[in-house]
Amino acid sequence: MGNFDKKLEKFWEIFYYNDGYIKVVTGLRNTLYISLAGLAIGIVIGTLIAIVEVFPKYKRLPKILDGFCRFYVGLFRGTPVVVQLLVAYYVVLPLMGINMPGLNVCVLVFGLNSGAYVSEIMRSGILSVDPGQMEAGRAVGLSYGVTMLKIVVPQAIKNILPTLGNELIALVKETSVVSFVGAADLYVAFNYIGTNSYEFMVPYLVMAVIYIVIVMIIALLIKAMERSLRKSDRRN
Amino acid sequence: MIDVIDLKKNFGHLEVLKGITTTIKEGEKIAIVGPSGSGKSTFLRCLNCMEDPTGGAVIFEGVDIADMKVDINIHRRHMGMVFQQFNLFNNKTVIENIMLAPVYIAAHDLRMKAFKNFFIKIRNTLPIKNKKTLYEISTSPSKIKEDARENAMKLLKRIGLEEKADVYPSTLSGGQKQRIAIVRALAMNPKVMLFDEPTSALDPEMVGEVLDLIKQLADEGMTMVIVTHEMGFAKEVATKVMFMDGGKVLEENSPEEFFSNPQHPRAKEFLSKVL
Repeated sequence: MGNFDKKLEKFWEIFYYNDGYIKVVTGLRNTLYISLAGLAIGIVIGTLIAIVEVFPKYKRLPKILDGFCRFYVGLFRGTPVVVQLLVAYYVVLPLMGINMPGLNVCVLVFGLNSGAYVSEIMRSGILSVDPGQMEAGRAVGLSYGVTMLKIVVPQAIKNILPTLGNELIALVKETSVVSFVGAADLYVAFNYIGTNSYEFMVPYLVMAVIYIVIVMIIALLIKAMERSLRKSDRRN
Repeated sequence: MIDVIDLKKNFGHLEVLKGITTTIKEGEKIAIVGPSGSGKSTFLRCLNCMEDPTGGAVIFEGVDIADMKVDINIHRRHMGMVFQQFNLFNNKTVIENIMLAPVYIAAHDLRMKAFKNFFIKIRNTLPIKNKKTLYEISTSPSKIKEDARENAMKLLKRIGLEEKADVYPSTLSGGQKQRIAIVRALAMNPKVMLFDEPTSALDPEMVGEVLDLIKQLADEGMTMVIVTHEMGFAKEVATKVMFMDGGKVLEENSPEEFFSNPQHPRAKEFLSKVL
């Protein structure tokens, strides 16, 4: 460990004097942007799929929608996210003739991917809400969809918030593969510093610490949110 | 008011209701009694199609609401329902519980009218001969909310719980919850109230306050159908008692007749056990 000081010095030189920190800040921004926007898309898609899956199915349309949702979930849970990124960026989008920057492709793919996972989380959340809540909503003349969105889903979200936090944390960490399609995240930033200083020990160590700090901050935020959502419960 | 014609309900192979035909007239208070598993609750829930009947018809104000093509939500607004487990919306405060449906429905109505007016106005600017008349809009979103809040406070005052307006249901006692569930149904100005064992989940000392409220409603002339195990209450309030067993109505009689001189042997047996 004798030359650790030297390594630190090299890192600091690139990081501070050669504008490495700008890359890091950009990378941090992109990482957070992809995971937060991805989760937002995922929650919307996941909620819709979950509602379709718990909808009573004696008509044709819900059955068709249900089949489509099952296919979607199977597809996105059945392939690694790297493969999805590569296929979206190099196969699907070019075939459709769409030219999209790598960053947006990442948001899209991570959104679709987490939608598949969130749908199952949300479904378990919806099933955890007392069926009497739905009945009460229907009994005062609200439709299935309105009762779902105003009564059942808010209570479901409260129940699944810890699991959703898990999903966000997983997303933050999974985004470290977005350099495959040319998006600049934290990994790209620290790789740049490493390549330019011919020294990788300190950059990757700092990168690991930054990931841990992000995850800890997210965990704290989720705790706070849970507490505020639990105000309708007696225990708090 | 409600005509039930040969109502049948199966759960899978289990036949719960085996053809019930009866009429509920305006102002009648009907108590449905019978042993558990006799189909009382299912019958009540079929009246507002919480359970879709497998066969037969439920004619409410001239419309067969058991028909799947009917928009059931519109008809349910005129039928209040009170559950055994209260089922207050846990994520809403007491006053929000009461206001939610009236506000949503009125606001939705308003939006639809405004939306249609928007196109009619555009159409009327075009050179077409017969101009369409606009839908009349006499309210606004904020006025709807204000009216609903005022009405909700009035209802809460009536049951003496106005200071509980902004608390969540989890902090209330069972009796308070059930009374709020009743006024929540009343906020829709229903034409008939359906009670599904309203006091069965309550502590004995809270049964009285809920029954008092139901009795008040009965005295005001509300049409109601009550599934109950409170025989004393049925005797006092009901204008007609229906005795059910095995998915059929075995006896339909005035309470005096039913409780003093039951006709059906099964009813005699039941009453000898519960009275």
